[in-house]
Amino acid sequence: MNKRVIVYVLGAVLLIEAALMLLPLLVAVIYRERTGWYFFWVLLGAAVLGALALRLGGRKRSAMYAKEGLIAVALSWIVLSLVGALPFTLSGQIPFYLDAVFEMISGFTTTGSSILPAVESLDRCMLFWRSLSHWIGGMGILVFMLAIVRMDGGQAIHLLRAESPGPTVSKMVPRMVDSSKILYGIYFGLTVVQIILYLAGGDPLFDSLCNAFGTAGTGGFAIKNDSFSSYSAYTQTVTTIFMALFGVNFSIYFFLLRRKFDLAWKNTELRWYVSIIVISTLLITFNIKSLYHGDFGYSLHHAAFTVSSVITTTGYGTENFDLWPEFSRVILALLMIVGASAGSTGGGLKVSRVVILMRAAKAELRKILHPHTVKVITVDGKPVSGEAVRAVSTYFILYVLIAAASVLLVSLDGYDGSTTLTAVLATFNNIGPGLGLCGPAGNFAFFSPLAKVVLCIDMLLGRLELYPMLVLLMPSTWRKK
Amino acid sequence: MRIVIVGDGKIGSALAEQLSREGHEITIVDRSGTPLQRTVEDLDIMSIEGNGATYATQMEAGVDEAELVIAVTAQDELNLLCCLIAKKIGAKHTIARVRNPEYAEELPLISDDLGLSLSVNPELICATEMARTLRTPSAIKTDTFFGGKVELLKFQLPADSPLAGRTLMELPGITKAKVLICAVERGEQEIHIPSGSFRLQAGDRISFVASYAGAQQFFRQMKLAAGRVRRAMLIGGGRIAYYLARQLVEAGLDVKIIETDPERCEELSVRLPKAEILCGDGTNEAFLRACGIETTGAVAALTGIDEENVLIGMYIRKTWPKVKVITKVNRTSFQSIIDSMDLGSVFNPRNSASNLICRYVRAMQNSGSSSQIETLYKLVGGKAEALEFRVSESSKLCGVPLQELKLRENLLIGCIGRGGQIIIPSGQDAIEPGDSVIVVTCSAGLGRLEDILARGPGHE
Repeated sequence: MNKRVIVYVLGAVLLIEAALMLLPLLVAVIYRERTGWYFFWVLLGAAVLGALALRLGGRKRSAMYAKEGLIAVALSWIVLSLVGALPFTLSGQIPFYLDAVFEMISGFTTTGSSILPAVESLDRCMLFWRSLSHWIGGMGILVFMLAIVRMDGGQAIHLLRAESPGPTVSKMVPRMVDSSKILYGIYFGLTVVQIILYLAGGDPLFDSLCNAFGTAGTGGFAIKNDSFSSYSAYTQTVTTIFMALFGVNFSIYFFLLRRKFDLAWKNTELRWYVSIIVISTLLITFNIKSLYHGDFGYSLHHAAFTVSSVITTTGYGTENFDLWPEFSRVILALLMIVGASAGSTGGGLKVSRVVILMRAAKAELRKILHPHTVKVITVDGKPVSGEAVRAVSTYFILYVLIAAASVLLVSLDGYDGSTTLTAVLATFNNIGPGLGLCGPAGNFAFFSPLAKVVLCIDMLLGRLELYPMLVLLMPSTWRKK
Repeated sequence: MRIVIVGDGKIGSALAEQLSREGHEITIVDRSGTPLQRTVEDLDIMSIEGNGATYATQMEAGVDEAELVIAVTAQDELNLLCCLIAKKIGAKHTIARVRNPEYAEELPLISDDLGLSLSVNPELICATEMARTLRTPSAIKTDTFFGGKVELLKFQLPADSPLAGRTLMELPGITKAKVLICAVERGEQEIHIPSGSFRLQAGDRISFVASYAGAQQFFRQMKLAAGRVRRAMLIGGGRIAYYLARQLVEAGLDVKIIETDPERCEELSVRLPKAEILCGDGTNEAFLRACGIETTGAVAALTGIDEENVLIGMYIRKTWPKVKVITKVNRTSFQSIIDSMDLGSVFNPRNSASNLICRYVRAMQNSGSSSQIETLYKLVGGKAEALEFRVSESSKLCGVPLQELKLRENLLIGCIGRGGQIIIPSGQDAIEPGDSVIVVTCSAGLGRLEDILARGPGHE
């Protein structure tokens, strides 16, 4: 294993984080908050450490293969969160470091699970940093790094592959640097449009920025204690639409930009994604209508917001959906697992994987009935190789196993089944709030340190799509030869 | 430059690697996903699975915005069709691999209608390179510049050579021939672009630049000269053998071709009436003797199997050291081992073709800028390059004596061509507008003549 190249990547990540901390520092200056000093000190430390790591690893940065890529990505995210959590603890706003780390991992992995009972008690610069972490984590810090730092040719593809969500890395243009730039361009553009729409609706600039960051990364950290309930119906609708938009595969937007509308329109994953949203919204609307005195419009509004929030794994809330009927709650739990599209900022299993799994299951069933049938699974009219199907199946099996193991560990805390199960689902799929005690009205503060560590690992596993973290946790990776 | 390569075979993947290293945006198209996966694994390129001759696939690959489409699938017809469609869609230039000699002869008729910029026949290119080597049998490898006036030759320094243990500065005292040693390979890995104090060792593989006459004189004085080859024996009767035999017959050599397949023998005999076709196993020692291998001047091992070629090459080098040996090796892995073996001149058809295309791409890229690359050769398994530039009026290098130019490390100016004259340069010579200049370097990707200057600190 080439440790130097990993050190080099970590150094670059630290420097970028230091640069990004300038933004909360600016917020602190504007609002004259003394806690801004802590950002300054952490920023300084990160910059020095990052520069040192660059020098140390930079001499001879060659030979990065799949293994180095996976490990570099996993470590980057851990370091990013550990450093990002420092200002919270140093300033005393989140006194326990483990809680601060949980909050920060939740931020960067765009989960949005919080250990804070009342977020409004935080300083503005802290709130801003929390929301910004969503925006950074949404597209991925290494994609960002690749967009600005020149890495040697083919090697950096291993970083991109390890960080990008979805079963395959779909490049939009031949060169990765250009790919990263286009991704960030689209991401940035959509975020700006959303901020403008918020401002047009009369929201304050600070709220607009933070809420847009949370939506874009499909994160879900709100800056109000009651999440989105107190915002106007207009703001809520804008949020509903943009949450759904950020859950779409970004290559669709690239098709649109290049005026290849038919490619976008015929995309299987997009069609499934839209269908799932529409059907779930309607089912929940009818299910909860009686709760709201038969008001169809009101029910639809909140059902749409919640479905959009849950399937894209954002986790904003307008209503406490934990109080909804069991049928709706189960639909939401299923949506949590399905997750957003591949190549979006959302988490979960990803719609494209679900499509492949469904079609594979159908083909297998048919084979049992007619043993001589030859059925090739296709997506978008292209055959999916047996290898790809196997990879998706393996992913699913690992996914279930990890979820089961996590539930087992969290159950040691002794909370009810719904809380335990959805706590794991909500963190593993990077959603945010679960049901029961950790539902929209609750938080994650009450869990034991062990459970918090497990949930932290789940968040990272979920965001990085299992493999980087699994490689990191595997003993054979660290065994000396 | 945006380049779409159709066909991820031997040449396709070699091109993808070479061109993406040079900073082009490569999209590669193939029918089957398996080779694509392997190619894309380590390269920063995009891959599209599909039939590259269809409109839909080409649009997906972005042919409409591409500057160049290179069709190198296994089928000539498909390649031509690809280029035709690509041109219709809006690709600026197209290159097709056309290897069937019947089409190749008719190509001038249709290439205008097809809008074809270049057609490449890997076997023909390789055979031409081999034929050139036979002209100077003392050298392992021969490349030409300035339309054939200057040669870049490679030879191995024997242990009893007067040059062994001498520095390059002593060279003029040993021989009067005007040559410039521009690259030295030592062992399996080392390559040097030597300066004056560089000391040669026995066993070094030395590349030097000289005119044809200069090279002959040099070889004579170094007692390395081998007489002109009058008889050649080709083992294996494939396409390369056919092209090579045709060229050798035209040059007046006696050519024997050994081929195992009787049908192919008959075919060759029809197409090459002047060559002697022998039907038998070229890996059989007794048969080779019976065919008169002792009296032949050169043997080319051209069978379809690398291992056979390597064995034949080694066997003949060992048994008849005076016979000039040419060995064809298709695979590019284990290059360093192949290089270290005594196989005479080793040729790789896929490299010959991809080098030619790369040369074309570079020339295309530079057609707008001040200095142009005319020719490019990869030396030493791609570790070094020899490039020929044409100097424009406006070049800032003009008129400055070479010793005052601050050149990059591991780079030297091998030769200057001025109005039909060949100058092997010393420090006092200067480049003038209109000159052709040969540069030998270890750093890949030089695009313009000005790139030979060392960059200031801060740049890498």
